[in-house]
Amino acid sequence: MSTRTANQEMKSLHFNPRKPATTPGDKVVGAVSHSALTIWSLIVILPLLWTFMSSFKTSSEIFASPFALPSQWRFDNYIRAWSEAGIGSYFLNSVIVVGSALVIVMVLGAMCAYVLARYAFPGSKAIYYLMLAGLTFPIFLAMVPLFFILKNIGLLNTLPGLIITYVGFALPFTVFFLFSFFKSLPNEITEAAALDGAGQWRTFFQVMLPMAKPGLASVAIFNFLGLWNQFLIPVAINAAGPRVLSQGLAAFAGQMGYAVDFGALFAAVTVTVVPVLIVYVIFQRQLQGSVSQGTSK
Amino acid sequence: MTEVKTKPRRNDGGLTAVVPDTAPPAVKRRRKPLTFDKVSFFAVFLGLPLAIYVLFVISPFAQAFYYSMTDWTGFSPTQNFTGLENYQRIFTDDIFMKAMGNNILLVIFLPIITIILSLVLATFVTVGGSSKGQIKGLRNSSFYRVVSFFPYTIPAIAIGIMWGQIYDPSGGLLNGILTSMGLEQFKSFAWLGDKNTAMIATMFVIVWGFIGFYMVLFVAGIKGIPAELFEAARIDGAGRFRTAVSITIPLIRDNIQTAYIYMGILALDAFVYMAALNSGGGPDNSTLVMAQQLFFTAFTKGQFGLASAMGVVLAVATLIFSGLVFLVNRLTGGDKDVSL
Repeated sequence: MSTRTANQEMKSLHFNPRKPATTPGDKVVGAVSHSALTIWSLIVILPLLWTFMSSFKTSSEIFASPFALPSQWRFDNYIRAWSEAGIGSYFLNSVIVVGSALVIVMVLGAMCAYVLARYAFPGSKAIYYLMLAGLTFPIFLAMVPLFFILKNIGLLNTLPGLIITYVGFALPFTVFFLFSFFKSLPNEITEAAALDGAGQWRTFFQVMLPMAKPGLASVAIFNFLGLWNQFLIPVAINAAGPRVLSQGLAAFAGQMGYAVDFGALFAAVTVTVVPVLIVYVIFQRQLQGSVSQGTSK
Repeated sequence: MTEVKTKPRRNDGGLTAVVPDTAPPAVKRRRKPLTFDKVSFFAVFLGLPLAIYVLFVISPFAQAFYYSMTDWTGFSPTQNFTGLENYQRIFTDDIFMKAMGNNILLVIFLPIITIILSLVLATFVTVGGSSKGQIKGLRNSSFYRVVSFFPYTIPAIAIGIMWGQIYDPSGGLLNGILTSMGLEQFKSFAWLGDKNTAMIATMFVIVWGFIGFYMVLFVAGIKGIPAELFEAARIDGAGRFRTAVSITIPLIRDNIQTAYIYMGILALDAFVYMAALNSGGGPDNSTLVMAQQLFFTAFTKGQFGLASAMGVVLAVATLIFSGLVFLVNRLTGGDKDVSL
């Protein structure tokens, strides 16, 4: 930021800001960079476009030629995928589970990170490391006992069970990320709030939480992607329950060996991919920023 | 809970002495009597998240270690303690050892390929611009960044299913492209059905899914380096390659280490991709991974004790891997020359 303004000042000092001459070397590097990045972009986009295109084809069209455009833009693949294959209800379940888990984990995670970052008490370091441990251990190790814990409290194969498990496993990342964020907030503000008579609760919800908004947004985006894409947890502890999208998609693809309906499969994949992709394109600025967001405000 | 709140009074001095730089300045707060405000605040803010975390994350992890030493099948109310017998069974089980070998293969190749490719692309984006005047990146590079990030937003299972179709021997995109280029031998070549190509094809899918994410991460890291450093290097006569090797990479070393650990942990798991591409483990079990074997042992065969032991092996492998990455980074001079 500062370098840019400095440069703009420099430019205004010279009356004639000339464009730096491009050397032949620059052109070569530029061309190589552009072509490498273009090839990579094609590798990313082509499979997606092909999936999208195939979702309008019949199975026989798909096998006749992988490239040909569909003879007509028909939506019955989508209708079959949405209602017959149940992608519609899976989608709804995913929205419910991920939405609730996201709200809960953001609130709980922010509270926990705040206490750990801004209060000193014996054991705070231990709790912090306990959170870190949860980040490093593979989820797989927990699946078998988790299955029986949920079974014992009657939440196995239910959406609430799935929600609370999601909250638990998203918590360490949330706390870990927000910890450094809360730590970086200036101390004077808490003191000012305390002087003005705000209690602990009020300081958190009315002063600290609004200040942490950029950090919260980044964590929320990553948590959303992580939970929306979660596959192992629902497959392990919700195998017989109301399916979420990733689980339903896998089940649908698994049946494909018997009933060949590739058009509907492509439609189901498209339905899964497109909403998140659209949200991403809208919010990509924030997301790109949040990857780089460290302690700088 | 009460214990947590009464202790700071006694231990304040000792605590700051032990961890001076980690205790936030808030430690200096005046000692006020415990009010309802404060008690309820701690109970809810710390107690609630911790309770959920301990019950649903920590306790399953801890229980898994115990179950791994029993012959539990899940249906019997009691289980016998069998010591290390499960571990013996695992390490003499050819299929599990094969799966472990596949995971090791993934751990060796996945992080290095992904990181090198994403570093190269990130370097193109950030230093592809003019070598005169202000240091700047490639023009229109935000388009590449946005597109590269696409795969990260797609659920892994959808990526797996999509590529399963692309690799399809008769109607897939890949063979369609190859045959249209005149390579007739690929007309109905089963990429995932041939034990020589199944693993490579699978690795490609995982790399495809993650290059963009790490590219964005590295671009952010590179942009965080002060422009003066690049200008100084340029004045000293360093070319682009030299700048990338001697300035950029050492300065984003921590990002690279993080990326390496994340990719390695993913490679030790890899369950979703394998389940989507070759749910049965692939030809000759060539893409079978430990996680798949664990899942099968637990939820299909019902041998929960044995499956827990597999989980422990997986966890230990993850810890060893992370430790190794830290150690190598430390030994090769990380942490020291990274100071901004």
